[in-house]
Order: sequence, then structure tokens, then C-alpha cells
Amino acid sequence: MSAVSVDRPARDPILYLDGISVTFDGFKALNALSLLLEPGEMRAIIGPNGAGKTTMMDVITGKTRPQKGTARFKGNLDLTRHDEATIARAGIGRKFQKPTVFENHTVFDNLVLAIAGPRDVFSTLFRSIKPRQIERIDAVLETVRLTAARDRPAGDLSHGQKQWLEIGMLLVQEPELLLVDEPVAGMTDLETEATADLLREINKTRSVMVVEHDMTFVRALNVKVTVLHEGSVLAEGSLDQVQSNERVIEVYLGR
Amino acid sequence: MISSRMPFASVVVPAVLIAIAILVPILHLSTGTLPTYAVSLFGKYLCYAMLALALDLVWGYCGILSLGHAAFFSLGGYAMGMYLMRQIGSRGVYGDPILPDFMVFLNWKELPWYWWGMDHAWFAFPMIVLVPGALALVFGWLAFRSRVTGVYLSIISQAMTFALLLAFFRNDMGMGGNNGLTDFKEILGFDTGADATRSALFSVTAITLALAYLLCVFVTRSRAGLVIVAIRDAESRARFCGYRVEHYKLFVWTISAMLAGIAGALYVPQVGIINPSEFGTGNSIEAVIWVALGGRGTLWGAIVGAVGVNFVKSWLTNNFPEWWLFALGLMFVLVTLFLPKGIAGLLRLGGIDAFNRKSAAAEAGEARS
Ligand SMILES: Nc1ncnc2c1ncn2[C@@H]1O[C@H](COP(=O)(O)OP(=O)(O)OP(=O)(O)O)[C@@H](O)[C@H]1O
Ligand SMILES: [Mg+2]
Repeated sequence: MSAVSVDRPARDPILYLDGISVTFDGFKALNALSLLLEPGEMRAIIGPNGAGKTTMMDVITGKTRPQKGTARFKGNLDLTRHDEATIARAGIGRKFQKPTVFENHTVFDNLVLAIAGPRDVFSTLFRSIKPRQIERIDAVLETVRLTAARDRPAGDLSHGQKQWLEIGMLLVQEPELLLVDEPVAGMTDLETEATADLLREINKTRSVMVVEHDMTFVRALNVKVTVLHEGSVLAEGSLDQVQSNERVIEVYLGR
Repeated sequence: MISSRMPFASVVVPAVLIAIAILVPILHLSTGTLPTYAVSLFGKYLCYAMLALALDLVWGYCGILSLGHAAFFSLGGYAMGMYLMRQIGSRGVYGDPILPDFMVFLNWKELPWYWWGMDHAWFAFPMIVLVPGALALVFGWLAFRSRVTGVYLSIISQAMTFALLLAFFRNDMGMGGNNGLTDFKEILGFDTGADATRSALFSVTAITLALAYLLCVFVTRSRAGLVIVAIRDAESRARFCGYRVEHYKLFVWTISAMLAGIAGALYVPQVGIINPSEFGTGNSIEAVIWVALGGRGTLWGAIVGAVGVNFVKSWLTNNFPEWWLFALGLMFVLVTLFLPKGIAGLLRLGGIDAFNRKSAAAEAGEARS
């Protein structure tokens, strides 16, 4: 298996993180983290518990403000200066580590909430969704295999189904960059495989950053891997490369 | 908005309200079956129901537990009270054609600027919604922008109504001090004491409540309604979906305050007085109990809760006055323990799923959770 380093014309990286530091009560969750994601790239992020993977996603989506560093989306949007809603509207979608769906809403309504379109009070109050959007939602329901659960409350879904619903919500939101935090936690082997296929499919049109502990899954993705440790990048390369890296073995894989 | 099926309640509630808007005046004026005090008492219940509806919109649907809705209710009441005071004209004890009695008593020489225009209905009536609405807008903008939520928001909303209580108690506030505004004579040229006026006020209240209910149905069943419930259940997820949570909260909060203001304005001519005790923190809390008992997150539940609890309150305070507070506390504890979804939840568990917001499946899920 080879490292996936694709030659692309020089353009702004879709995501640019440089020297990001986040401190919680003196504890450095991120320590001068730098990372670059090319447009169209899919990147897997691995690292032991507490390495700062989720915190990095919090910084990218505007939930956490870094004390130091630069974070840019497509070269021009300063991610350290905008709130979650602005960043989401600019084209960054996120799937949480703990699946977070709107439990009292039906599966369909969850997707209605996520689907791309105006999000101001006036529009949502007076305009209902278009037939074209309903078609799109039904197509995505098919993709994430939730057609049968369409009108059930999302709270009734199994853990794995919630993960899929959240991915479906990302799909209809049509972000340019998807941040996916531990998508296969709690999934069976078959579901895990299907999720890898789905992410590869998504990656045909969008950039993806996926955090995962499951090595079989990361191998199936077959993309460049970044190893985080104590808030900074420890190694980068193909899964085989990082797995044979001494330091990586020491802190993570060898445990 | 997704299913085209209108839920049962959104037809039944307005139909019942319109029916009583017609029946009560008939029973009162033509047949005399209903005494005047009962008409005013029922009218008062409906005003409370509207306050409960307003509270349910922010609490039941958006998760904002306001302990300050009495402030919006009272401000609407005071706006109406000011209008009614100016209608007294020279019929007051001191006979001053412009100054209300309490101002003459305080030796005031002219009307304060904030009383200007309140003698005209076209000016005073819009104030019923604009004043509570403006307060809600400012309060909400500050609170939601700073992401004040949960118990902190409840506490500052309580502080808001308490501050207003103290302000309105002061004589130099120009609102009648602790006596408030009373001794009304006329509303829109009709004698406030006349039976026909009483009946008309009742009907107007019932119809206004029906309209307020339909407005709430429209809001909660729109896509914005989905967002509002989404904010209640997973606020930060809603942000990551790209929704500006503070705008949605500000929207429901302000609408709710305006509805509370209208409720207060309809209340004042029917009870004949508005004084600072209406701002009392206990009133806000009682409203929370009505909604909790009726079933928050169902609009009809809020109405049923308000009317039901006040019915019991009237009966108890007449017969066993010392028991009322115990009974209220007991009801609250029992409902919290055994009926977390209130009376509305009880009906659903009993298999009545006609009050569905969306699908039967969704209701089953809610009842289970
Ligand atoms: N809000 C917070 N306040 C204090 N400490 C925090 C906060 N958020 C994260 N941390 C700490 O920062 C460190 C990094 O956490 P983070 O959740 O980013 O790790 P992770 O790599 O996602 O781990 P996992 O694999 O367990 O999900 C952890 O030690 C965590 O306890
Ligand atoms: Mg994590």
C-alpha cells in the first residue's frame, strides 16, 4: 500500500492550521499544532485518548478559541474569529464523537433541519422546503439506509443508526469540508465497512477529515494519516509509514 | 409542516374558544344563567391561559425557563390601565380632566411625558405589545448573545420582574404606587361595569386567545418551530447546523412577551385593577406550574393547565383558603413525580394520540421517553 500524496495545482489549502495552542486551566490540549488539508483530500487523524483530536475540531468549527495560532478555511475565512453558525454556513460540517441528533424530531425532520438553504428566522418561518429538497432527503435516506426509519423519532434509533443519520445530516448540509469524529464507534464490522465506503464516496466531491481509533477502518480508507500526540503532530504519512514510526509505536500503537 | 394532516387540537381548541365566545354572552345577557362575576372570572382564566401559552412557547418549545413572565403580563396590563385611567376624565374624585386622581393627590401639576397619548386607543393599544416586546428584545438580546442559559437565565428573568415590582411600587414612578391603577369607568366609550361590556370583554378575550393559539400553532409547526425544538434539545448541534441560536431565541422570547402583554391588557378591565403585586415573583412561578401541570410542549396543555389550576384555586380559596398553597405545592410535586408530561402526557399514555404534533410514531417515542 502506498502513501496517497496527490499532485494538485497550487491553490489555497482548504484547511490551514498553524501553531494552534489551546490551554484549559494550564493544561495544554493543543500545543503549537500545525496541519494542512488540500482541497479534495481525505485525511485520517489518529492518536491516543486525550491527544487533542476533538479539541482540534472544536477550534476548526468555532466552538473553542485558541490562545495562539492561525486557522483558515479556504485561505480567507479566519476560523478563530467567527462563531459556529457562520463557520457552518461557510461550508464546514461536523459529526460529533458522541452521536448528536435531534432526538424528538423524526429522522426526516433531522434532515430537513440540516439541508442546505437559508437559515434565518424569516425563511424558516414562512418558507417550507422545496420538493427538490424532499427528493434529495429521500435519496440521502437511501444512502444512509434509513428509509424505513424515515418517520420515526431519531431518539429511537440504534447507536449505529444515529451515527449514520448524523452522516446523512452532513451530506444534505453539503459542506465543502466534513469533520467526522469517530464515525464507527459502536458499529458492527459490516457497518464499519459500509461507512468506509460511504466516506470514500463522499470524498469524491468533498474534503474530509476523519478521526478514528479503529485501525481496520483507517486502513480501509487508504488515505494519508496524521498522528496527534499531546496536542501536536507526531507523524504524518501512509498508515504503514506511521505504524512503523518508532515514536508512534512508543506512544500509541505499542501500548 | 411536513405532514399535511392538521392535528386534532389545532381545530378543536379554536372551535371551543369561539363557541364559548358566543355562548357565554348568550347565557349571561339573554338567559341570565351566568352571573356577571362568573363571566369576569372565566375571562380572567382565559387571560391566564394566554399567559401560559406564551410561557409554553419559550419554555416548552425552546427550553427557556422564564421566571419573569409576570413582568410582560403586568406591563401590558399597565399600558391598558393607563388608557383606562385617561378615560375617567373629570369623573375622578378630584375632577381633574387630565390628571388621574393619584397625581392630583401627589400634587403633580402636569402629566408626565410617558402618559402622553395614552388617552387614545390607537396609541395606547399598540403599547400593550410594544412595551413588553421592547423590554423582551433588549433583555433577550443581552442574555442570548452572551449565551446565558438554564438556571442563570431563570434567575435574571426573576430579577427583572422583581426590579420592576420595586419600581412600580414607588409613587414617583407615576403609576399609582402600591394602589396601582383602578376605578375605571369606560373602555372605548362603553361602561366597564355594564353587563354587556363584561360579556364583550369575555368574548374578545376568548377570540384573542384562539388567535394567539393559532399563531403559536403556526410558529411551532413551521420549519422555524423545528429549529426551536432542536435548540431546546441540542443547542450546540443546532449551531453546527448553521442556525443562529440567539436569533431564534430572541424571536420566540419577544413573541412570547407580546402575547403575555396582550393577556395582561385583557385581564385589567375584567378585574378592574392593576397594581405592582402583579409583578410579584410568585405570579411568574405560578404560571410555570400551570404549564407544567398541563403539559409543556403542547399548546393545548398549557391552556388546560392554566384554566384547570385556577379553577381549583378559586374553589379552594373560597372554601378552604388556608389549603390553597399546600394544594398547589402538592399538585406540582405529584405531577413532577408521576406525570412529567403533565395532563397532556397522561392523555397520550391513555392512547389518545389525536393531539399529535407530527406522526403517531413520534408521539409514541415521546411518550416512551
Ligand atoms: N472543555 C475542556 N476543559 C478542560 N479540559 C478539556 C476540555 N476539553 C478537552 N479537554 C482536555 O483536553 C485534552 C484533549 O481532549 P480531546 O477531547 O481533544 O481528546 P481526543 O483526542 O479527542 O480524545 P478521545 O480519543 O478520547 O476522543 C483531554 O485531556 C481533555 O481532558
Ligand atoms: Mg475525541
